[in-house]
Amino acid sequence: MAAFVLDSLEPLIAELRSRGFAVVGPVARGGVIRMEEISSAADLPRGARDEQTPGRYRLSTHDGDLMFDYAASPDSAKRFTQPPRQTLIRMRRGDIEEVEDEAPRLALLGIRPCDLAALAVQDRVFLGGRHPDPAYRRRREALFLVTVNCAVPGGTCFCVSMGTGPKATKGFDLALTELADPHRFVVEAGSEKGVDVLGALSQAAACDDDLAAAEEVSRIAAEHMGRQVDTEGIQQWLPQAHDSPRWSDVASRCLSCTNCTMVCPTCFCTTMEDSTSLSDGTAERVERWDSCFTLDFSELNGSPVRGSGEGRYRQWLTHKFATWYDQFGMSGCVGCGRCITWCPVGIDVTEELANLR
Amino acid sequence: MGTRKGTAVTRSVRKRTEGVPRLAVWKFASCDGCQLTLLDCEDELLSVAAEVEIAYFLEASSAPGPGPYDLSLVEGSITTPEDLERIQHVRRVSKHLVTIGACATAGGIQALRDFGDVREFAAVVYARPGYIATLDRSTPISANVPVDFELRGCPIDKRQLLEVISAFLAGRRPVVPAHSVCVECKARGNACVMVAHGTPCLGPVTQAGCGALCPAFDRGCYGCFGPMESPNARALNKQLRALGMSTPELVRVYRTFNATAEPFRQASESAENSREADDDA
Amino acid sequence: MTPAPYRIRSRRPDRADTVTLTLEPVDGACPSFVPGQFTMLYAPGVGEIPISISGWFRPGGYVQTIRAVGAVSRALCHKRRGDVIGLRGPYGTGWDLSAAAGLDVVVAAGGLGLAPLRPVVRELTAHPSLYGRASVIVGARTPATVIYPQDLARWHDGHGIDVQVTVDHPDQAWTGPVGLVTHLLDRIVFEPRRTFAFVCGPDAMIKATAVELVRRGVDPRRTAVLLERNMKCGIGRCGHCQLGPLFVCLDGPVVTYDVAAPLLAVREL
Ligand SMILES: Cc1cc2nc3c(=O)[nH]c(=O)nc-3n(C[C@H](O)[C@H](O)[C@H](O)COP(=O)(O)OP(=O)(O)OC[C@H]3O[C@@H](n4cnc5c(N)ncnc54)[C@H](O)[C@@H]3O)c2cc1C
Ligand code: SF4
Ligand code: SF4
Ligand code: SF4
Ligand code: SF4
Ligand code: SF4
Ligand code: FES
Repeated sequence: MAAFVLDSLEPLIAELRSRGFAVVGPVARGGVIRMEEISSAADLPRGARDEQTPGRYRLSTHDGDLMFDYAASPDSAKRFTQPPRQTLIRMRRGDIEEVEDEAPRLALLGIRPCDLAALAVQDRVFLGGRHPDPAYRRRREALFLVTVNCAVPGGTCFCVSMGTGPKATKGFDLALTELADPHRFVVEAGSEKGVDVLGALSQAAACDDDLAAAEEVSRIAAEHMGRQVDTEGIQQWLPQAHDSPRWSDVASRCLSCTNCTMVCPTCFCTTMEDSTSLSDGTAERVERWDSCFTLDFSELNGSPVRGSGEGRYRQWLTHKFATWYDQFGMSGCVGCGRCITWCPVGIDVTEELANLR
Repeated sequence: MGTRKGTAVTRSVRKRTEGVPRLAVWKFASCDGCQLTLLDCEDELLSVAAEVEIAYFLEASSAPGPGPYDLSLVEGSITTPEDLERIQHVRRVSKHLVTIGACATAGGIQALRDFGDVREFAAVVYARPGYIATLDRSTPISANVPVDFELRGCPIDKRQLLEVISAFLAGRRPVVPAHSVCVECKARGNACVMVAHGTPCLGPVTQAGCGALCPAFDRGCYGCFGPMESPNARALNKQLRALGMSTPELVRVYRTFNATAEPFRQASESAENSREADDDA
Repeated sequence: MTPAPYRIRSRRPDRADTVTLTLEPVDGACPSFVPGQFTMLYAPGVGEIPISISGWFRPGGYVQTIRAVGAVSRALCHKRRGDVIGLRGPYGTGWDLSAAAGLDVVVAAGGLGLAPLRPVVRELTAHPSLYGRASVIVGARTPATVIYPQDLARWHDGHGIDVQVTVDHPDQAWTGPVGLVTHLLDRIVFEPRRTFAFVCGPDAMIKATAVELVRRGVDPRRTAVLLERNMKCGIGRCGHCQLGPLFVCLDGPVVTYDVAAPLLAVREL
């Protein structure tokens, strides 16, 4: 597909807004890159750089025009495609009413190639089986995806190992590569919608130099992965390692706090909460994010099936890297590194896998 | 301590009719925070039940209501032999007994006494310590009678209190999960203060319920809802030390609330005994 | 994930804590089911739980037996005739009765495990010529917790099925065997190499029974077991029912023992 060059993102943001999209993009808030609604390119975190290591995230500001010089933020697309809480039904005197929230039209600007891969995983989980989820479909179809190819992988990224980055090959409406000197973006459309939006902007065709520079950004990024995983045969060997002494070692460090599963862009587990109004008899069911690190998750006949920390950590790691293939024909991990960075005690899945192997 | 004759206040929220759920609130030794929460939510109670009758027995000497009550909320801990008799009466007249607050569930701030000699403590506070009939330990309600549910927090959370009341009246399990604060913190969309700022936080070992209030204001959780279902304080302590917390700071943070809740007691004692980084073991 | 309203057409207390409900849709037709499948029953405002289908009644409705063990099951047991509850399903895999054609059949139930096996025995009584010898063995904690006593008597007396019941804790009146359900395998007649077994009960009962059947020569692929796990959705969404690679709600609850055995062997899977 033809590539173009944009000198500024302002017209793109304005065009998306004029088409009725709320544009959600990276902003620096509270020392962290968050994905929030923006109204102009001025809201983007110019000069921000992140430092991500196990259990640690720091943001700093530098000179220059670059707006995407950092890696994955704690906010993936999951927060928008599968909100932390949603009301499913309401029941009044024998009438059961399905609650259908309107899906917001969102343009996600600056989500990363690994996030696109995570969306493909979510699509498989929510839409690819015998019971597709209409609410997910509505929210998903209301998205416009502008990805930014990574220039500076985070210290916990391992998308190259998982085959998901640092350059996006599919799953986007538009893909940007940010270039310096002069500051500009090489942009490619990946869908009809993307072609249409691009057509409405005044852009110049990218020249060979632009394309070569963009390739170079992705090539260098691929060589600077913070982490790596050897995925060879992992679907087979990992479940067979269920008796390894490593599980109790990691369990002694793990807090069962759930942070890894909550930040993971593909973890989909939920639980239900019921409530009643005793005054008018209305009953409500709410679905909310849950995690296999809680004890209620596996409760059976009054006690949890996975009562030990070993059992729970093993469920998480084995599900992400092995049994997901059995269930969905793909890996449950896209290598974004969020679970490593945002684990309060810095437990590193890549290190645990290397030690288990 | 209240020696004057107390009065039991029975309030019917709306007029009394048959079949109205009957609630009783009983106070034992405690700070006053939790009960205030209840007085504070009568209006909201109307939103969960069209009619409820609430009887308050706020002082030890107030005439004990004959019951029966559908639900008794008990606040405070057991510190005297009289308390013990009274709580047994409460159990007999109540269909469901729910304890509220850190004092009732873990002994609370009252239990700080456990770490020193109680008579010495009494001598400081009262002019004639010999007259004080104090049990040697402040014990949580559940150490004395069977309890149907324990609601944590110091003070308790108003939303959770309403949830427990409506759940018991509707015959369902209260939605008061025992997992960590981190679950709520992430659902709320906070950035983790430990990871992003290096701020010590007890959220990973503390039970949810507050909605991750402190991290939402860029502060670390200080454990006021007590230990979560499977706390690994040893592993957290190691990280807290790495973030620069000293031994006295660690001891203090675990002892502020819920001091006798077993995992927190262990965490504070192990921090104290070790001085340095024993937790690496 | 939206339940359909179902009306309770009849309610029969079975045992002190167990109730059998017949449920028909408030409007529309009742979807057909395969024995072994379950539905998610919703007690408004209290919660939703998986319950096996124990039977079908004409013109269209489910028979379901519920033991009151916690909040939701208790609320469902307390419902009265005419009350409306929510129902989703049927979900999951069923017993493969066609695979048992021409073979001896052993039906083994632990406690409430007889509920999802009831339609299997009904099939055996309806078409006895399709199967070889048929036996039903049941283990229960006490005589008072044996469900469907009338059915058991009828199957035995009226249909020539060998029905054997054992209990852990006998009462004064009990004259039958005492002990594990696996011991009953000695009291029934079947040709192991030409046998299909249907097994349902707690994990430990399933394991013990299946191990014993296989030891006697029954093919693990002809030993179907019904697994129980925590279930919040029934449709592969909530993640709670995972057992290694399986979603018990989608790939089960009925699986053959060659699939179940390696998974049940792993602690805390
Ligand atoms: C596929 C499948 C089919 C099932 N079929 C049936 C059926 O036909 N009839 C039926 O009665 N049940 C059946 N069950 C079990 C039923 O789903 C549980 O009993 C129910 O989920 C308990 O929910 P609750 O809210 O009533 O109890 P909860 O409030 O969740 O639990 C309260 C307490 O009840 C006890 N408890 C919970 N679950 C069980 C259990 N399964 N057995 C014994 N004690 C328990 C525990 O002590 C627990 O602490 C089936 C389960 C599955 C997965
Ligand atoms: S994992 Fe890859 S795609 Fe994701 S942020 Fe890191 S470098 Fe970018
Ligand atoms: S397991 Fe970790 S690295 Fe993999 S997708 Fe999830 S959060 Fe990212
Ligand atoms: S790792 Fe745990 S929380 Fe994540 S999808 Fe798997 S079971 Fe669910
Ligand atoms: S691995 Fe880390 S983030 Fe995950 S539960 Fe354990 S301590 Fe929490
Ligand atoms: S800020 Fe505290 S409560 Fe929130 S996720 Fe981090 S450790 Fe958990
Ligand atoms: S019950 Fe929810 S995934 Fe199986």
